[in-house]
Amino acid sequence: MARSLGQLRHRPPRYSAAALAWRGLRGHTWPRVWRDPELKTSYDAVVVGGGVHGLATAYYLARNHDITDVAVLDKAYLGSGGSGRNTAIIRANYLTPAGVAFYGRSLQLYNSMAVDLNINVMFSERGHLTLAHTDGALRTMRWRAEVNKLGGVDSSVIGPGEIKKIVPSLDTSDRPRYPILGALYHPPGGIVRHDAVVWGYARAADHLGVEMHQRTEVLDVLCSGGEGPGGKGAGGRVTGVRTNRGDISTPVVINCTAGWASLVSAMAGVRLPIVTHPLQAAVTEPVKMFLPAVVVSGSLHVYVSQTSRGELVFGASVDPVATYSVRGSSEFTEELAGHVLQLMPGISQMRLLRQWAGLCDMTPDYSPVMGFTPVEGFLVDVGWGTYGFKAGPVSGEQMAEVVATGRTPELIEPFALSRFNTGNLVGEKGAAAVGH
Amino acid sequence: MLLVPCPNCGPRNSADLRYGGESHARPDPATASPHEWRAYLYLRHNPAGWLRETWYCRSGCRRWFALERNTATNEFRDPPLPGDKRGGAA
Repeated sequence: MARSLGQLRHRPPRYSAAALAWRGLRGHTWPRVWRDPELKTSYDAVVVGGGVHGLATAYYLARNHDITDVAVLDKAYLGSGGSGRNTAIIRANYLTPAGVAFYGRSLQLYNSMAVDLNINVMFSERGHLTLAHTDGALRTMRWRAEVNKLGGVDSSVIGPGEIKKIVPSLDTSDRPRYPILGALYHPPGGIVRHDAVVWGYARAADHLGVEMHQRTEVLDVLCSGGEGPGGKGAGGRVTGVRTNRGDISTPVVINCTAGWASLVSAMAGVRLPIVTHPLQAAVTEPVKMFLPAVVVSGSLHVYVSQTSRGELVFGASVDPVATYSVRGSSEFTEELAGHVLQLMPGISQMRLLRQWAGLCDMTPDYSPVMGFTPVEGFLVDVGWGTYGFKAGPVSGEQMAEVVATGRTPELIEPFALSRFNTGNLVGEKGAAAVGH
Repeated sequence: MLLVPCPNCGPRNSADLRYGGESHARPDPATASPHEWRAYLYLRHNPAGWLRETWYCRSGCRRWFALERNTATNEFRDPPLPGDKRGGAA
């Protein structure tokens, strides 16, 4: 009994309504969600980047493969990059069979996440509408719907009448410059609270023994045996990382740094087919619930959803100029407002509360780069462009399998870095982005 | 807003130009190996610092030119002047 009580003291409390009431009434405070251990000098694996991808990779390494001597390093705080800046949309209605299978698995993991991680991620499966304003777009929607159905993902093309029934606030008349001709309707799509996903993975990974180190910036990746200077580059292998808090030796480094992916890979002498562009998003003041589905328009470069709190969250296409600066621009808000009012003229009096930007690591084919590189022990989970958040869980699961088994699982084989050398690109631009 | 120093038209909003991306030498298609050619097509340095890149002044002089910009701060360095060889060597 004493032993189990002792364990209970060290085991973090489970989250539940009963625990909330109990602790609230007794005046108990909640303990720290994850520990803040000393940085060791050696780990079995080091994950660079403490966002959804990095944390999920560490979590699945520990949960599925019993590899718990893992450190997740982040130069700022957990979820400070794309994981905290995305528009939190979840969907699987992609264009290629490889993409549909992959994002479909991620949707499954999001569905059971609240139970698996014991945290309320506020997953709202509210349906996802991709509007078509041209015959060409309608043709692509039909194509996507058929590929989705074959891959077991629920998608269908619907007309303006049905769209109006689902989202009455949309202008489905022929008044706008680009009238709505139809839409790809994807009922399993929805939104999720992105911070809760980050915290959920961090907390669950921490319970399993993984260490999270914030404000720990990787300054160099230490290699030996490679053809480049310092033993880096093709043919070499990873021996550790140099951080602002000292050197760490490790045989495995997993680069999960999204917008900064090129910089961290360059430290190991690996070049990537990636260019970093900022993507801006904005949020309005909260209003009563009126938008029951996620609405996307490729032609109008916008996607919009209403949070449970009532704010409208808008995202757009990436800024055209490559930069690491996340400064916003007034061109963005002007263009956004113009386009949104084409879709929903009724919200012209709503006020924007704020806008922000995140960094997107864009690849030429709008698909990620996952798995091995020419440097042994240096793995990448990058190229997440504008679609990384929705893929976080499945990426973590698959990357953990890569580390544990030393093989690339079938699900992510199409996304290997070597595809750029063989020319087998996975073109997802038509389904992964707006503004094309 | 990014003010781009066009060598012919002076400072202009980046929305008036088309961004051409990282400027790098094209290998000779006759002699390049498939590996070299694909590296030229796809691989990028993508530095967080000074980068030589190309721009097209689409609503001004309608010329391509190369500039150096710091991708972390968005400052331009030493913009070329009209007639400057560097300006035409995109």
